[in-house]
Order: sequence, then C-alpha cells, then structure tokens
Amino acid sequence: MEPVIAEAVQSGGGMAPLQLLGTILGIIGLIFFFGSAVGMIRFPDFYSRMHAAGKGDTLSTMLMLIGFGLVTMEDFSVGSWLLFVKLMAIVLFIYITSPTSTHALMRAAFEDEEMPLDEKDLKKPVGKKK
Amino acid sequence: MSEWFAIVMGSALFLLMIPMVYRLWVGPTAFDRMLAVNVIGTKTAVLLVIIGTLFDRVDMFVDFAIAYALLNFVASIVVSRYLNRTSSLREMERKAKAKRAKA
Repeated sequence: MEPVIAEAVQSGGGMAPLQLLGTILGIIGLIFFFGSAVGMIRFPDFYSRMHAAGKGDTLSTMLMLIGFGLVTMEDFSVGSWLLFVKLMAIVLFIYITSPTSTHALMRAAFEDEEMPLDEKDLKKPVGKKK
Repeated sequence: MSEWFAIVMGSALFLLMIPMVYRLWVGPTAFDRMLAVNVIGTKTAVLLVIIGTLFDRVDMFVDFAIAYALLNFVASIVVSRYLNRTSSLREMERKAKAKRAKA
C-alpha cells in the first residue's frame, strides 16, 4: 500500500479518498435508480415508462458499478487492478447493451401496434383505464 | 466501513426493486413486464457485486455478474424478437386473408 493511502486510512475520517469517491458515486446511482423506480410506477404510458427505465437504469447501473470498483480498490496490487478492469468491462458491456435491448423492445412494441398516448387519451378522466 | 456501505446499498437496491415487481404484476402489456424483467436483471448484476463484497470474494462474484449481464441481454433480445415475430406473423396472416378475399 502506498504511504499516502495508508496515512489517509489511518487519519481523518478513516476513509481513503478513492473510497469516499466510490461511496458518493454509489449514492448518486441509487438516487437515479430511485427516479427510475418512481417513473416505472407513475408514468401513464408504455413508452414513457420505457424512457424512465431505459435511461435511469443504464446510468444508475454504471455509476453503482464504478462506485463499487473504487470502494473495493483497497491496495493497488495486480488482483485489485484485475477486479477493477473486470468491473469496467461490465460497465462497458451495459453501456452498449442496455440501450440496445431497450431499442429492441421499443421496436417490438411499436410493430405490435402498441400506440403511445395522444391528446384524446389525455382528455379522458384520470383513473379510468380504457 | 465498506461492509456497511455494501449492506445499505444492497438493501436499498432490493427495496427499489419492489416497484419493478409491481409493474411486473399489473403491467398492462407484455412489453411492460419484459421491461421490468430487464431492469431487475440489470440490477441483479450490481447486487451480485455487492454480495461479493459482503462475502469478501468479489473476484469470484464479478465473473457471475458478467455472465448474468450477458444472459440478461440475450434474454431481452430474444423475447423482443419473439414478440416482434408474432406481430409479423399476424401481418402475414392478414395479407393472406386479404389475398383470399380478393380472389
């Protein structure tokens, strides 16, 4: 362990700066996932729900994984670097695949004649389905 | 410290999965349900990393998380292709019926 990190661990708040950064990133990711969950419940339409789930889910997963990669980075040994690189591989994979699967689902829904809400639907009284 | 962070993050993730299960239960269309399954699957990959932190075996659990993310992506693509295929089958049926009516 490098002396700077050891000093930071023993003094101060008992946290290395990397761990502090990772904790903050994880909490930001949790906030984004909370927004995604609220959107999944509250939004009226399939496409708007897909908007909430697709964006919030991708960003929050990436933030949380980067945060955990920083938190588990205790010493800068080979094993810990390997772990970090694997976590970054998951992040890259999710960065590519999550919008792709959202797009595929959206396309399947649109070709299955699932229409988005329009103005007529908005004028209907709230709370009545169909 | 890292352990407490993992416990709090894991339980918060688990609690926030409950709205997704609600959408899975009441979702009006099949696509809503598939979307909820997709979100839960992506979050499960994160949860696996968190569980690995709790067991001090992150190096092992990260591989599980990679496999889970891959499987989740393949499942999502396959199901959306399947639903798409059924809709195009319906289209073909409609065209065949129109041709028969014309003849």
